[in-house]
Amino acid sequence: MKTPALELNSLARRYGDRVALVDVTVRLERGQTLAVLGANGAGKTTLLRVVAGLLRPHAGQARVLGSALPEEAWAMRGRVGYLGHDPLLYRELTGRENLRYHARLHGVALERVDRQLVAVGLERRGDEPVRDLSKGMVQRLAVARATLHDPQLLLLDEPRANLDPAATDALEPLIGRSSGRARVLVTHDVEGGLAEADVALGLRGGEQAFCRPAREVDITTARGLYS
Amino acid sequence: MYSKGLKPVSIATVVVVAIWLAMVFFYAPLDADQGFVQKIFYVHVPLAIVALCGFVAGGIFGLLHLRSRDRSYDMKSYVAIHMSIIFGCVVLITGAIWAKAAWGHWWVWDEPVLVSFLVVFLLYCVYYPLRFSIEDPDRQARYSSVFAIAAGAFVPINFAAVRMAESFTHPRVLSQTGGSMPGEMRLTFFVGILAVTLLFVTLWKFEMTSKNASMQLKRLRRRLEATA
Amino acid sequence: MIRTAAAILRKDLAIELRTKESVPAMTLFTVVVFVLFHFGLDRDSLDGELASGVLWVTLLLAAVIGVSRLFATEREQGGLDGLLLAPVDRTALWLAKATALFLYLTVLELVAVPAFAVLMLGPDLLPALPVLIPVLLLANVGLAAIGALVSALAVETRARELIVPLLLLPLVVPLLIASASVTEPVLRGSQQAEDLGRWLGLLSLYDVVFVLIAIAVFDFLLDD
Repeated sequence: MKTPALELNSLARRYGDRVALVDVTVRLERGQTLAVLGANGAGKTTLLRVVAGLLRPHAGQARVLGSALPEEAWAMRGRVGYLGHDPLLYRELTGRENLRYHARLHGVALERVDRQLVAVGLERRGDEPVRDLSKGMVQRLAVARATLHDPQLLLLDEPRANLDPAATDALEPLIGRSSGRARVLVTHDVEGGLAEADVALGLRGGEQAFCRPAREVDITTARGLYS
Repeated sequence: MYSKGLKPVSIATVVVVAIWLAMVFFYAPLDADQGFVQKIFYVHVPLAIVALCGFVAGGIFGLLHLRSRDRSYDMKSYVAIHMSIIFGCVVLITGAIWAKAAWGHWWVWDEPVLVSFLVVFLLYCVYYPLRFSIEDPDRQARYSSVFAIAAGAFVPINFAAVRMAESFTHPRVLSQTGGSMPGEMRLTFFVGILAVTLLFVTLWKFEMTSKNASMQLKRLRRRLEATA
Repeated sequence: MIRTAAAILRKDLAIELRTKESVPAMTLFTVVVFVLFHFGLDRDSLDGELASGVLWVTLLLAAVIGVSRLFATEREQGGLDGLLLAPVDRTALWLAKATALFLYLTVLELVAVPAFAVLMLGPDLLPALPVLIPVLLLANVGLAAIGALVSALAVETRARELIVPLLLLPLVVPLLIASASVTEPVLRGSQQAEDLGRWLGLLSLYDVVFVLIAIAVFDFLLDD
């Protein structure tokens, strides 16, 4: 039996004296989608960054793809894809150069770069500097970057921002449910998030309001997080 | 926990400092050339030695902090460096007074130890702006420790470099520091080092105790606000 | 680790070649400072200790500019996260940045030293080169190692432009002492470098110590 994609147990993270996350407990199996809901400042991005290995847990346990954080973070790094608010692309370099850089960092064959560009529909704009691309194209490039190394777990922070419906459909096989990857999805779209998730986690002020199968969460409870 | 032993150390400090000052004024011989002002040497040099050791100790605490992630080591590092900077100010002032009395100038470049100390002092002055311009407390502690380690390693290298430079370009003017000293001077000098070390330790303990207390107070206050 | 450092270096050099932000600025600054010194000292030509001092202090000040800009792209374009997410040794970042700075400084000196010779130097430069070149290279290694560490230390602070010079300059005083002392006699026209071995030894010691320290502590700067 494969290890779960994500196992968090009473996870906590401070920011100085303030509490960013406290007592968060979640379990996500491989291939499943976790929707993380909550108002701004509730700790959604912090949670994502902890799971990505960018922040250390301050208390509790965290296991990502079977690797305990922070001791075994090195083991999971090549298997997690992160798509945050920042596309993590260098504006002066072209899309292709950016992807090649990440390919080298992840030990991925450079041929994949060309295939990724085709997959996100940027094969003709791949040799223009990123600063010349529109927001939608940058987002598509960011998706290409995040999935370049074929991660088993995707961490997505509002991935559909700046994307038109056509682009959203085009990227579905890479970052959507049909990609087969385990996903943690942070979104403000309550209905949409619940519809495509297996498990839903609600955060309020860093604390866990609820964590249960998505179909058991009713919209009013979820909406209540934002009041 | 830092206040354990604070009282006996304080008492010891007061006693030894009193003995030391008495020795400086009455026991140590009067210098033929420079007169009474030369006695500032007995204050200046021990202060300098202890301050430098304090800087190195700050670096060691910084190293311990990085390895154990225990924030109390960072506080120890901060207080050690903080105290050494204060002692350092006194070192530079007494050094200037001594220079004026001995050579007629408020500052002399000929004395390599004094020059080295100035460079080290200037470096450590940057500790405060570096530390307090980082907002995230965890990162602040980590970066401060990195600085403390690099700066602590810098101290011996700097002294070696300045000494090398001075001995090649200017003959060593001062023969008192490190040279052979008559018995009374040597004894006064060593008592001075003991006294200043005790003073440093006492003040360090004082500040650690006070910082610890205010941190605990803050923690209690936060807990109170959380339950309210 | 070397391969990762090479990848990062490649990326940085690509960006630098395209934006031309660091090296031209450092070079221009150096020449401007030479001109300032000309007016400030009111001398047409320098030799010996004055020449040595002016050259080295100016190079150090130019290095400050390079150090300040070293992590600029990472800071402004979120590149640091991209590296932290990858299964790589983070010390590779220090190695890449230090190598980049070393290259920038070397290129700078290829222009600045001849400029110095033309604008300010009394005696002939050519006979001084056999001593000057190794000293410059050794000094660049030290500057690069320390500069990359200081730049990383300052990357998150609010008052970055102030902190970098204040941190970097005291730390490189031993380097300055050694380099200036060695080059002083050769810039006087006498070709004998006194105590060359000792000073080069000090420079090398400085380089080794700070490279080791940087490698030892760099990881902690990136570990949140």
